[in-house]
Amino acid sequence: MRFKTESSPHVGPPTAVSVVMRRVLYALVPGTALYLWFFGWGMAFNIVLAVGTALAAEAAVLALRNRPVRPALGDFTAVVTAWLLALALPSLAPWWLVVLGSLFAVVLGKQLYGGIGQNPFNPAMVGYVVLLISFPREMTLWLAPAGPGESGLGLAATARFVFTGELPAGMDWDAITMATPLDALMTGLNQQQTITEITASPVFGALAGSGWEWIALAWLAGGLWLLYQRVITWQVPVAMLGTVFALSLVFHAVDPDTYAGPMIHLLSGGTLLGAFFIATDPVSGSTTPRGRLVFGAGVGAFTYVIRTWGGYPDGVAFAVLLMNMAVPVIDHYTRPRVFGHGEAS
Amino acid sequence: MSDTSLRELAGNGLWHNNPALVQLLGLCPLLAISNTTVNALGLGLATILTVATSNTIVSVIRNWVRPEVRLPVFVLIIASVVTAIELSMNAWFHELYNILGIFIPLIVTNCFILGRAESFAARNPVGRAAWDGLLMGTGFALVLVVLGSLRELLGQGTLLTQAELMFGEAAAGWTLEVVPEYRGFLLALLPPGAFITLGLMIAAKNVIDARMEKRERRAAAEPAAETAG
Repeated sequence: MRFKTESSPHVGPPTAVSVVMRRVLYALVPGTALYLWFFGWGMAFNIVLAVGTALAAEAAVLALRNRPVRPALGDFTAVVTAWLLALALPSLAPWWLVVLGSLFAVVLGKQLYGGIGQNPFNPAMVGYVVLLISFPREMTLWLAPAGPGESGLGLAATARFVFTGELPAGMDWDAITMATPLDALMTGLNQQQTITEITASPVFGALAGSGWEWIALAWLAGGLWLLYQRVITWQVPVAMLGTVFALSLVFHAVDPDTYAGPMIHLLSGGTLLGAFFIATDPVSGSTTPRGRLVFGAGVGAFTYVIRTWGGYPDGVAFAVLLMNMAVPVIDHYTRPRVFGHGEAS
Repeated sequence: MSDTSLRELAGNGLWHNNPALVQLLGLCPLLAISNTTVNALGLGLATILTVATSNTIVSVIRNWVRPEVRLPVFVLIIASVVTAIELSMNAWFHELYNILGIFIPLIVTNCFILGRAESFAARNPVGRAAWDGLLMGTGFALVLVVLGSLRELLGQGTLLTQAELMFGEAAAGWTLEVVPEYRGFLLALLPPGAFITLGLMIAAKNVIDARMEKRERRAAAEPAAETAG
């Protein structure tokens, strides 16, 4: 057996928060680009509005708390939070929806608990869930996925809709919007259709949702790069994706007509974005290696349960928040043994 | 306790020792029933009546109850008062009674009422006990009404919807559309909205207290500085 030895230094300097957050943003670029490709300009407005609001809110609260503003804005944590929230919102979100969600995420989800490193809940998911339970109609305004220029709305028309809520003359909702794959799945199942009938509709493509599947694969690529960069550890994504895969495989094998297969569950909704970018949040997630496995498995299980038997088409956000609540208990029971000491008491 | 003036008792009930904002007692009905102003007012009035009456009765019999059995006796008294109030509401405010539902009988378990009986009424003469009950109840009801109004305003953009349930048919038109064509903010009407709004109210009270304390300290420091100079 050969042991590979590297030359010193063996312990590198700790990576600054701003560097980590910048890498997360780089990893989000491919998926975001595909979003713009498939869904047009709406997502760009989401991101600009959410990031702008988050930075302004963070600065305002820090000033009220008599804390230094500049370093906190420069660490990019608010940008990442707002960016993730923007990606979760529908592509035709009115401006007030994005601003409100971003305010709740940064002020209520993060700063009221004491700011960076103190929040027990994932701030982006707090903002998202507030909007999801308060404005169910606005949260479904997804355009039909299409190539660039083919989507129903151009830049000017999208801007007009975002800020005034008016569609161009002669266009109506049903012509340009389309159900997300998980919405279609839920509606179809409620109408007693089988999975085969549902997936035959134009909402679905080769692997999962048409358009959506490529975005999901882009999150996977970005997430693998984050793993390679050691920004995140493997436990949470592997446990979460493994649990979703195993649960959907078992139920699909038992009754393929009412339970969608693993491919649809892994490549639809927030599964991959959640596994690599949201559940891996170092602040609100578990901090021990074994704890991360439990945390990830819990998020995966709740996601599958809420999607399959719950009232909402997707459950990643609720699953993350529910497991955030369990983190203190998980961390308590999974503390690693300190070398030279007995079992952790 | 016994040398506090009636004025101080009022200050305690309404502000410094407010059951909802400081003692954090009776949160279950407070959070569950505060979704509109009228619901909050209904439960608030029922609570005032209960705590004032039960405090009075407990104070009247305080010298004849053996300490070993005092708590069951207090609970029985509170339960009797609540039952009487429940039956009266069923008779005169039937619609409101239906909306408030289980939370009227549950006033029995509102721990701040038993708390007042045990910690104040059982040790003080009748007049002071009744006054304390009235003011503590009012403090609770005020928080309930403010919370209910805030949640109704944020959630539906209105105030005083369904006022006719309490004030008769004449009040049917009292509903204030504060924000016309409001699209609604469901979170404020759901339980999380109650927790978040109450949390913000407690924070606001603490901020006001801190400001007042600072001002008092400054006022106290100034004459001292003058004598030193």
